[in-house]
Amino acid sequence: MSESTPSTEPTTLTQASAPGGLVKSVVQLDRVVIRLAGDSGDGMQLTGNRFTSETASFGNDLSTLPNFPAEIRAPTGTLPGVSSFQLHFADHDIMTPGDAPDVLVVMNPAALKANIADLPGGGLLIADSDEFTARNLAKVGYAENPLEDGSLDGWQLVSVPLTSMTTDALAGSGLGKKEAERSKNMFTLGLLSWMYHRPTEGTIRFLERQFRKKPEIAAANIAAFRAGFNYGETTEAFAVSYEVKPAPMAPGTYRNISGNQALAYGLVAAGQRSGLPVFLGAYPITPASDVLHELSKHKAFGVRTYQAEDEIAGIGAALGASFGGALGITTTSGPGVALKGETIGLAVMTELPLVIVDVQRGGPSTGLPTKTEQSDLLQALFGRNGEAPVPVVAPRSPGDCFDAAIEACRIALTYRTPVFLLSDGYLANGAEPWAVPDVESLPDLRTEFATEPNGPDGEFLPYLRDPETLARPWAVPGTKGLQHRIGGLEKADGTGNISYDPANHDFMTRTRQAKIDGIAASLPPTEVDDPDGDATVAVIGWGSTYGPIGAACRRIRRSGRSIAQVHLRHLNPLPADLGDILRSYDRVVCPEMNLGQLSMLLRAKYLVDVQSHTQVRGLPFRAAELAAVLQDVIDGAATTADPVLSGGQS
Amino acid sequence: MTTPIDAHVHELGMPAFDQRIADAVARSVELGGEKQTTLKAKDLKTDQEVRWCPGCGDYVILNAVQSFLPSLGIAREDMVIVSGIGCSSRFPYYMNTYGMHSIHGRAPAIATGLAASRPELSVWVVTGDGDALSIGGNHLIHTLRRNVNLTILLFNNRIYGLTKGQYSPTSEIGKVTKSTPMGSLDHPFNPVSLALGADATFVGRAMDSDRKGLTDVLRQAAEHQGTALVEIYQNCNIFNDGAFELLKDPLTGTQWTIPLVHGEKLVFGPDGASCVVADGAGGLRIAETNQVEESQIVVHDAHRTDPSYAFALSRLSSQDLRYTPMGVFRSIQKPTYEAMMADQLEDARSGQPADLAGLLAGNDSWTVEA
Repeated sequence: MSESTPSTEPTTLTQASAPGGLVKSVVQLDRVVIRLAGDSGDGMQLTGNRFTSETASFGNDLSTLPNFPAEIRAPTGTLPGVSSFQLHFADHDIMTPGDAPDVLVVMNPAALKANIADLPGGGLLIADSDEFTARNLAKVGYAENPLEDGSLDGWQLVSVPLTSMTTDALAGSGLGKKEAERSKNMFTLGLLSWMYHRPTEGTIRFLERQFRKKPEIAAANIAAFRAGFNYGETTEAFAVSYEVKPAPMAPGTYRNISGNQALAYGLVAAGQRSGLPVFLGAYPITPASDVLHELSKHKAFGVRTYQAEDEIAGIGAALGASFGGALGITTTSGPGVALKGETIGLAVMTELPLVIVDVQRGGPSTGLPTKTEQSDLLQALFGRNGEAPVPVVAPRSPGDCFDAAIEACRIALTYRTPVFLLSDGYLANGAEPWAVPDVESLPDLRTEFATEPNGPDGEFLPYLRDPETLARPWAVPGTKGLQHRIGGLEKADGTGNISYDPANHDFMTRTRQAKIDGIAASLPPTEVDDPDGDATVAVIGWGSTYGPIGAACRRIRRSGRSIAQVHLRHLNPLPADLGDILRSYDRVVCPEMNLGQLSMLLRAKYLVDVQSHTQVRGLPFRAAELAAVLQDVIDGAATTADPVLSGGQS
Repeated sequence: MTTPIDAHVHELGMPAFDQRIADAVARSVELGGEKQTTLKAKDLKTDQEVRWCPGCGDYVILNAVQSFLPSLGIAREDMVIVSGIGCSSRFPYYMNTYGMHSIHGRAPAIATGLAASRPELSVWVVTGDGDALSIGGNHLIHTLRRNVNLTILLFNNRIYGLTKGQYSPTSEIGKVTKSTPMGSLDHPFNPVSLALGADATFVGRAMDSDRKGLTDVLRQAAEHQGTALVEIYQNCNIFNDGAFELLKDPLTGTQWTIPLVHGEKLVFGPDGASCVVADGAGGLRIAETNQVEESQIVVHDAHRTDPSYAFALSRLSSQDLRYTPMGVFRSIQKPTYEAMMADQLEDARSGQPADLAGLLAGNDSWTVEA
């Protein structure tokens, strides 16, 4: 497989005759990375998502990286307003959105300036020449028009008047110039769809559906989309189109899915599989709000969504619903977790099921709301007063958010505990093809409510535990004879009455910890990916770094070296076999998008000399850079006892 | 998984997602016998020793609530009391119902989640002036505006008791406490005004020691559909003793208390010497009864849709408690939050069957053949 390597020499397959007597060739590629960049108002995210859907339905494997500013509409044409969408698609299994684009489409000078450095020399650059006006150039400090001054000679520049061709195509539509111009993203999508032989029916259906109530807008967008496609077919500017064959995939039904959508579906599925109503208490926050939006559509499944007055009320309502027998969920990002801490402690004390979804973003404080980071791990583990252990589960890819959400719910329901589900902005907004699971194959999450007294004298003991899981009984209000009071004060073992007894507090603190530690017994053995079986260096990660780390490992293995990859689903408790696994390698490397949070945990827990490699750029790791880091470690392990690491060590 | 659902809303029956909770409740009745709706006060007591200071007004309120609740005909397992933090918030431990002694200020939020997902329960919030109006002020006003079906008992002793005597958001300006040796600089909240400002559908006020008046307001609050806020003046005999003496003293109490009875003229004081009239500027004022026409005297109407009148009533009292209306300020009907939420769920359920496989596959799936 050729993950993220330069493509094999493209082969020209066919010579096709296009209208107007043009002879166009079709070139076969195994993979392409396209980046679309424009102003926040240019609809780049929508265009990217549509291109992704076309690509998914064509059957390529794919991975996406949306990248947009926190400002809804920064001043038009400025650098802060640039929004981009990168899509990597291939005829084989891929793991990342690609380190660098092969093709860059820029809708204005700001988009060019912000992105050109990422386009390797010789790459295809398509620019909307209409937007390279003196005014727009001046906004971003271009003294000369780069489309004309030769400064872009190192790339294959194609200047296309996308805006005016769009308005020309819509001349008879009855739309004003401004409105017509807004369809230029669909013109561009049409052009790209032609260039890469994408199926177009899905986009036309989508536009009809999206603008059902504004048929003239739907018609204009479809006309622009078709005009872009036809332009590609007839223009001399593009003599070549490209074909990327479908990727071989295991038999099954597939769809394209983003992380936030998959996560929301996982929560709906957990409600169905547990037979419990889902209650989401949430306050809007980037990049988690889409989970609230998605869940609010699924009332037919008994999903109650409550947009609270603040983060604290969101989790409070979820916990109240859990007390009543619902599957209580709250969704947020790092700053929201900081506010929810006290209620999470209450959930630890009251031992009720609760899932806290943290879609991590750059921090601290407001940080980088739309950029990704993995820096909430220690907050999730330790960000509360007292000894307040909470299980932590992390998804590794957009589609995996579905399974991780179900796993978080399983732990919450089985062990009667709050559980953290740590996603991140990259997973949340990124998308990939997802094998739609068979509903009947999903885990059975049914748990029993208490229905009768459990004490020796016919009384109800709310803190009498299940000997295996140490979970306490879940007796919901309305259940006859089981009235009881719970709360944040320390509980006496068994009765749950207030207790200030020193020995009881010591016992209860250790018991709460033992309950969480005991979850490890329910986890499968840790998977170690070491296809050669002779690796002496292991790389360990968690969360969304799975793709870049996996891609880096493939590069290492292609170069003839061996490396083992371990990727953690459970961050608390850690798998029972993890210490032995880590100790069996000469070197262990841990790349993270923080300053070394997991590596600190691993070093503390296992006394293994884990080498940390970190990056906090708000973007995922690049596979090539990671591969270089891993290669240095492997080479170092072969020659010296000292670790050799490239920059970014913490 | 789910079965296809009949299109007729009223024939839908118990939704699958609530069935397991209903089954657990039904099983407990099978095992333990029918729910008892004829209770006595002692049935609501727990084996926990009540740990308020001797002489605290909270005892009186606890006794009144335990005596009154059985008259509602609600089984004790169907009642839930959620509290925050503070002296008053120990209340759930002494009530043989379901209860949660939660965290500071958050009881309305927690109770909202419970009430919204279990509309069949009788959910109560017990809170204090610090809990509800300082740290929990945000949750209180938003709960009131949503009209969640909760009864909120706000014990107002105008002091922080559990932290040993700092001024509270209802303490009078200039109050000398441990944290304000030169007097408090904060203007106090009037909890009734605050609740009416949040468009609360039911707002009442009662005195801890006035068993009859307290029970009367509590009954109306409990019967109200929606959020009912009852401010209960409660004496803290340790840190703010005598705070409400002006109203409790038989002599001055009559003079300064304005009893609110729906449909009756607002006449009060010894021999009905005082009354409430319109002030000509959209508000209300106190007048001497013998100085005004009888037709000028305001007849109390707790059912006015516009909260301005009730607000004006609440503004009659000064921070030293002269001219304090006691009783029900406002009681109007609006759909409750959980009823509207249940309607949306039912509409969604009748519109489209809950088909998980269909949801997961979506509209744009493709199949790879073996």
